[in-house]
Amino acid sequence: MTAVTHLLRLDVNGSTVDVAAPAHWTLLEVLRYRLALTGSKQGCDKGDCGACTVLFDGKARLACITLAADAVGHRVTTIEGLVTPAGLDVLQRTFDEAGALQCGFCQPGMIVAARACLDRKPDATRAEIKEALASNLCRCTGYTKIFEAVEQAVRAGKAAHVGGPASLLPSGDATPAPASGAAR
Amino acid sequence: MLRLEPFAFARPGSVDEAVALLAKHGRAARLIAGGTDVMPNLKHGLYEPEVVIGLSAVAELRGIALEGGGAAANGSDGELVIGAMTTLAEVESHPLVLARAPGLAQAARSVAGPTQRTMGTLGGNVCLDTRCVWINQSHFWRKSLGYCLKKDGTVCHVVQGGKSCVAAASNDTATLLCALGATLVIRSARGVRAVAIRDFYKPDGAMNQRLEPDELLTQIRVPAPRRSSGASWSGYAKLRARNSIDFPKLSIAVAWTTDRVGAIDDATLVVSAIAAVPRVIAGIADLARGGRADDPALIARLGEQARKVTIPLTNIDGDTGWRRAMVPVFVKRAFAAARMATTG
Ligand SMILES: Cc1cc2nc3c(=O)[nH]c(=O)nc-3n(C[C@H](O)[C@H](O)[C@H](O)COP(=O)(O)OP(=O)(O)OC[C@H]3O[C@@H](n4cnc5c(N)ncnc54)[C@H](O)[C@@H]3O)c2cc1C
Ligand code: SF4
Ligand code: FES
Ligand code: FES
Repeated sequence: MTAVTHLLRLDVNGSTVDVAAPAHWTLLEVLRYRLALTGSKQGCDKGDCGACTVLFDGKARLACITLAADAVGHRVTTIEGLVTPAGLDVLQRTFDEAGALQCGFCQPGMIVAARACLDRKPDATRAEIKEALASNLCRCTGYTKIFEAVEQAVRAGKAAHVGGPASLLPSGDATPAPASGAAR
Repeated sequence: MLRLEPFAFARPGSVDEAVALLAKHGRAARLIAGGTDVMPNLKHGLYEPEVVIGLSAVAELRGIALEGGGAAANGSDGELVIGAMTTLAEVESHPLVLARAPGLAQAARSVAGPTQRTMGTLGGNVCLDTRCVWINQSHFWRKSLGYCLKKDGTVCHVVQGGKSCVAAASNDTATLLCALGATLVIRSARGVRAVAIRDFYKPDGAMNQRLEPDELLTQIRVPAPRRSSGASWSGYAKLRARNSIDFPKLSIAVAWTTDRVGAIDDATLVVSAIAAVPRVIAGIADLARGGRADDPALIARLGEQARKVTIPLTNIDGDTGWRRAMVPVFVKRAFAAARMATTG
């Protein structure tokens, strides 16, 4: 079958971008190969490792198994989007300070997943941090320093939104559970 | 890098639009709910759709509610209705699920990892394709081996000389929903039908669901516990390689009700991740009736009843003898999980 190209209007890191991409391209492919946002890594490319984790309306999502066309209408935030004119996200700083990396390949996904965790629960415990990062694999560090980096961010000023963009603030549609009675 | 083959993409905004698209494209279409299973499978060349239909914008397929209750003031005798596009993350933490079917929350929470559960849906889990170590591989890998019966080939690598695929149902929530006797509501442009989940799966690993190409699962309905019961219980336990992300090597669900003095009056035990159909173990209610769920000897007898008829195959990795020996252990754990979260 020949490829069908769509014109997609995406909301990435707070900007609206129009991008032409084949209908079968993933969000990760569009981010990396159309928008040059190569911070999100292409690891397993099939949903196993979390290296491609981005935020979708503030919630963690695997960009390698999300169709770009399915991202229309959602706020997408990548690791690049955690940096604002005010500076780095507190997690970007604590990962650096804690030395929470070796090769660094897992790090963008780890930080983005940790950001989703702390936005939901700024005072997350070690157990909650471990659970929130369970979709992210690291082949190098043994995880301890990663958990410490997130704990450090929790301590560093109740974490929330320090340096994070305004688009990370929960909006109306980010309420967790659907209202009961919605199923028909 | 795993590239997808070209397809067209459609994103209906309602169930009516979705079933119209399915009616038009039939077998050439493939539905995407959360995409957490269908996307890897597409990347492995297991499906070759011309049109992919994304359900993410169909808001009416989301939500959790009690329906039809009335007699009991708190609605506890109503049916628990879950829209097919409700995410597993919502199911695992929703107060109605925790109160009415705690085992379903446990099963949902045991699927994959947290990010997959934020994406993945209950409907997608119920409709999950079967799994096998010989099929969930890249196209290059499968081609090098000469393919197999489930896709593109003529032999089975699990059963020598086998004529049908025995890939395993690996969906955690299906095991529990079978134990609870849930009903599925299925829509198509032709109309609507309801089917008991225990009749939904068929013993063919190539396609283990009785779902026509033009049909859409819209709701999962968990019945109210029988009115005469004192209490109802459900629990889930799963053998997996790692506690994050891994599919089950053994999937075990229990559900039972007790009478007013706490004796078991009905019980169901389901074992899955073995063959294409979650297996409701025969004779469990008779063995359990009148007994107590905290009686280790009774639980051991039920575990043995399940172990006797459970024959693991090499469709899933892990020593088959070990997986079989683990059946009574995980039956015990499923009962323990249920007893940690009782309901009225
Ligand atoms: C790393 C990893 C680990 C995983 N581990 C587990 C695990 O431990 N246990 C487990 O059960 N699953 C696991 N999964 C698979 C998957 O995440 C879940 O099963 C999830 O619930 C699938 O839901 P989905 O919405 O993503 O389905 P999709 O992938 O979108 O769809 C799955 C199938 O159902 C069909 N479908 C979806 N919705 C409907 C509908 N409404 N009507 C008709 N057909 C429909 C699709 O066409 C497709 O064939 C894992 C996946 C990954 C990537
Ligand atoms: S059970 Fe046999 S036919 Fe089915 S997927 Fe496995 S190897 Fe292929
Ligand atoms: S690259 Fe997306 S999960 Fe591994
Ligand atoms: S630092 Fe190498 S994968 Fe995590």
